[in-house]
Amino acid sequence: MTAVAETLDAVQSATEGGYKWGFSTEIEMDMAPKGLNEDIIRLISSRKEEPQWLLDWRLKAYAAWLKMEEPHWAMIHHPPIDYQDLHYYAAPKKKAGPKSLDEVDPELLKMYEKLGIPLKERAILAGVELPEGEAPQVAIDAVFDSVSVATTFKATLAKAGVIFCPISEAVRDHPELVRQYIGSVIPAGDNYFAALNSAVFTDGSFVFIPKGVRCPMELSTYFRINARNTGQFERTLIIVEDGGSVSYLEGCTAPQRDENQLHAAVVELVAMNDASIKYSTVQNWYPGDAEGRGGIYNFVTKRGICKGANSKISWTQVETGSAITWKYPSCILQGDGSVGEFYSVAVTTNHQQADTGTKMIHIGRNTRSTIVSKGISAGKSNNTYRGKVSVLKGAENARNFTQCDSLLIGDQCGAHTVPYIESRNPTAKLEHEATTSKISDDQLFYCRSRGLSQEDAVGMIVNGFCRDVLKELPMEFAVEAQKLLAVSLEGSVG
Amino acid sequence: MSASVPTTRLQATADAFLTRFAGIKASLPGDKSLRERAAATVRSKGLPGPREEAWRYTQLRPLTDVTFETPLHADVDAQALLGRLPEIAAPHLVFVDGRFRADLSTASSMVRTGAPSFGSGARPDFDPMVALNTMLAEDGVAISVPHDVDGGTIVLASLATGQNGRAIAFHPRHSVNLADGAKLTLIEIGLGDGVYFHNPVVTVSVAHGASLTHLRLQTESEQAFVLSTVYADVASDGTYDSFQLATGGRLARAEIHATLSGPNAIAHLNAAQLLAGSQHADFTTIVSHDAPNCASRQTVKTVLTGKSRGVFQGKIEVARAAQKTDGYQMNQALLLSPDAEMDSKPQLEIYADDVKCSHGATVGELDAEQLFYLRSRGVPEAEARAMLVRAFLDEALEAITHEAGRAAMETAIAHWWDRQA
Repeated sequence: MTAVAETLDAVQSATEGGYKWGFSTEIEMDMAPKGLNEDIIRLISSRKEEPQWLLDWRLKAYAAWLKMEEPHWAMIHHPPIDYQDLHYYAAPKKKAGPKSLDEVDPELLKMYEKLGIPLKERAILAGVELPEGEAPQVAIDAVFDSVSVATTFKATLAKAGVIFCPISEAVRDHPELVRQYIGSVIPAGDNYFAALNSAVFTDGSFVFIPKGVRCPMELSTYFRINARNTGQFERTLIIVEDGGSVSYLEGCTAPQRDENQLHAAVVELVAMNDASIKYSTVQNWYPGDAEGRGGIYNFVTKRGICKGANSKISWTQVETGSAITWKYPSCILQGDGSVGEFYSVAVTTNHQQADTGTKMIHIGRNTRSTIVSKGISAGKSNNTYRGKVSVLKGAENARNFTQCDSLLIGDQCGAHTVPYIESRNPTAKLEHEATTSKISDDQLFYCRSRGLSQEDAVGMIVNGFCRDVLKELPMEFAVEAQKLLAVSLEGSVG
Repeated sequence: MSASVPTTRLQATADAFLTRFAGIKASLPGDKSLRERAAATVRSKGLPGPREEAWRYTQLRPLTDVTFETPLHADVDAQALLGRLPEIAAPHLVFVDGRFRADLSTASSMVRTGAPSFGSGARPDFDPMVALNTMLAEDGVAISVPHDVDGGTIVLASLATGQNGRAIAFHPRHSVNLADGAKLTLIEIGLGDGVYFHNPVVTVSVAHGASLTHLRLQTESEQAFVLSTVYADVASDGTYDSFQLATGGRLARAEIHATLSGPNAIAHLNAAQLLAGSQHADFTTIVSHDAPNCASRQTVKTVLTGKSRGVFQGKIEVARAAQKTDGYQMNQALLLSPDAEMDSKPQLEIYADDVKCSHGATVGELDAEQLFYLRSRGVPEAEARAMLVRAFLDEALEAITHEAGRAAMETAIAHWWDRQA
C-alpha cells in the first residue's frame, strides 16, 4: 500500500511541475480576421495562389461541414468550440532570405534552441544556405504556424526522385499528383473535422516516392502551433509507388498559452504494390495546466490505404500531449497480402483526455493487421482505446492480432477500452486481448529491493510496459519518446 | 446514412404499440403513473434505430414488417408445446402466449401470480425495450425466497402457440427476490411456433449472501422476435450465476445488466448462441462493479452457420469505489459458413486503479489442424466437426452445475446440430 501512496504523491508532484516546452515566440504575423466563411476560404486559397479546382474542392468541403454535426461519441468532454472565434490563416511576414544565422529573427532561433534543434539544422530551418557537401541525415520540413518556413535536403531527395515539399508547393509544382490523390483516402466530407480541414487547410507536407525508390533518408516534420488563437489545419499527403518505401517522422511540441487551441489535421497515405510506409508520431502539444486549463484540442484524421498487393502501412505513435486527443490512424487493406500495423503509447495526466485507437479494414485476401496499444492514465485523466477491426466478405485468410493494455496510476483516473470486431469471412482469424491493471506492488518491491529509487523503478516498469511500441520507433525518435514519457510522468518516472 | 426510412417505419411500429396502450390502459393492473411515464418515453424515443450505439449491430427493422394483433386468450391449446419442454423435476410456472396458466402450473408459497411484477432496478427511462414492456406488461410472476431458505429449482416457461397465424406481442414482467442467505435455481425456458414478439423483462435482486442460478433456454420459433432484458442487483457476498443458450428466434437479443453493489459479490454471465439460416442473435451484457472486491466472469460462445449473424456486446464498468475488482470476459465465435457474420464489442470502462480486468475475443473457423488430427484417426468429417463444435461450446457449458438444467441445454444443442446435418 505504501508503494501506491508514494506513486500517488509522485504523480501529484509531477502534475504540478509545469510544461517543459511551454514558451511563446513573438513574431509579426500576417493574419486573416477571425471567423470562418466562404470569403476566408477564398482568401486562404488566393494567398496560396491555388488553382480554381482546389478552391472549388475547399468550398464543397465547407458546404458539407456546415451540414455536419460535431461528433459526440468519443469519451471526451470540453466546452463548445466557437469556430467563429478562430483565425484560419496566419503566415510569418516574408523577409529577404538571410545570409547567415546573424540575420535571422532571434526569436525564431530561441525557439529552435528550446526545441533542441541542432545549430546546423536551425540554420537550414531559418533559410540559411548550407555549405557544399554537408548533408545531415534527417530531412525536416518545418511547419511554423501555417506556412512551411523551410524545406531541407531537397537536392539529395530530388536526386533519388523523391518529392518532399510543403503541400502548397506541391499544388503549384505537381498539381496532377495532388489533384489525383487529395481526398482519395479521406474524402472532404469524411467526418466533421476532416471536412473542416479540407475547407481551411493552410499547409502540411507532401511526399511522393516514385517506383522502386527507397527514400534515402528518414523524412521529418516539426509541427509548431505559435500565434495566439490560430487553429492549425495541417494536411499531409504521402504517396509511395510500386516497390517504394519511406519512413516519415512527425514530432510536435507547442508553446504554453492560456486559451484552448484547435488542431484538426488530416494525413492521407497511399501505398501501391509492394510499397511500404512507416509513419511515426511523437505528439506533445501543450496539455493544459494542472487544473486542465488551456491545452490543445487535437482532432486528427489519419488514414492510409494499402492499394497495391503486398503493400504495408505502419503507424507508430507516442501521444503525451494535448488536452484532448481524438485520433484514429487507420489502414484500409485493399491489396491482397497487404499489412497494416498500429503501435501506440498514450499517456494522460492531470485533466487530459485521450480517445485514440485505430481501424483496420480488411478487404483483400491474405491481409494481416497488428494492433498494439498501451494506455497509461494518471492524475484525473481519462484514456480510451477505441478501435475497429473489420473483415469484409472477400478477405480470405485475413488475420488480426490486437493487444490493448492499460495502466492506471492513481485512483482518480480512468482507462477505457472500446473495440469493435466484425468478421464476415470464416477463414479470417481475429484475436483480441485487453488488460487493465496498476503497477504491481510485487514488481515495485522487486526493483526497490535491488536498490532502485521509487522513481527509477516506476520509470523502468512503465518503459517496459511500453517496450513493444517504443521498439517500433526509429532510433532518434525512440530516444525522444522515452524522454517524453519520463517528463510526462515526471516525479514518478525517472 | 439511409436512416430516415427505417426510422419512420420504427416510428410507425412504436405508434402502433402506443395505440394498443391507449386501448387497454384502463384495464392494466398496477401503478398508472409508471405506465404513463414509460409511454412518454416510448412516445419521445420510439424504438431504437440504427444510430443508437447500443443497437448498432441489431436492427429492429424486420419487426416493422409485422402487424401485431390483439391476442386471443380463450381456450388456447398448449398441450403439444408442453410436450416439448425438457423434463425437469421441479415446480413449473407456465405462461401461454404471455398469460399465466394456473391450470398448467404448480402452486408455490414463494410465487405470487396474477399481475406483472415490476420490481425495482429496471430502467424504462434508459432502455427502450424496458419502456415498451413497462407500458404494456399484462402479466408476470413475483418469486421471493425468504431469509436463509433454499428455494430449490423453479421452471419458468413461456410457450407461444402462434395463435393460428395471428401475430401477437406479449411483454411479461417478472421479479425474483432472494433475501439474505437465500438460494434458488431459476430455469427460464422459451419456446413456440409461428410469428410473435416476446419481450420479457426480469428484475433480480440478490441480497447479502444469497445465490441465484439463472439458466435460460431460448429455443423459440425461428420466425419469432425475442428481445429480453434482465436487470440483476447483487448485494455483498451474493452470487448471480447465469447461463443462456439461444438457438431460436429470427431476431433475438438478450440484454443483461448486472450490478455488483456490495463487496465480494459475484456475477457470472455465460452464454452460447447457435445460429443458422438467416437468424440474428445478440447477447449484450453490462456488468457494473460498484463495490470493492467483486468478481465477474463471462464466457460467451457463438456458432454460426448459413447466413446467420451473431452479436456480442459486453461492457465491464468499474466505479471509482470498486477497488480490487476482478473482471474477466472471453468471447469466441466459430463461423462455419462463408455467409455468416459475427460482430463483437467487448468494452472496459474503468475508474479505479487497483483492478484486474481483461477481455479476450476471437473469431475464426474450425481449426484445420484439429480437424486433420481427428480425420487421420479415422473419425468421419461430419463427426469430427460435431466433436470440435461441442468441445468449443463445453467451455461455456461446464460452468453449469445444475444437472437437469445442463442436460436440457445439452439436448437442445444436440437437436440443433442434428437439424444442421
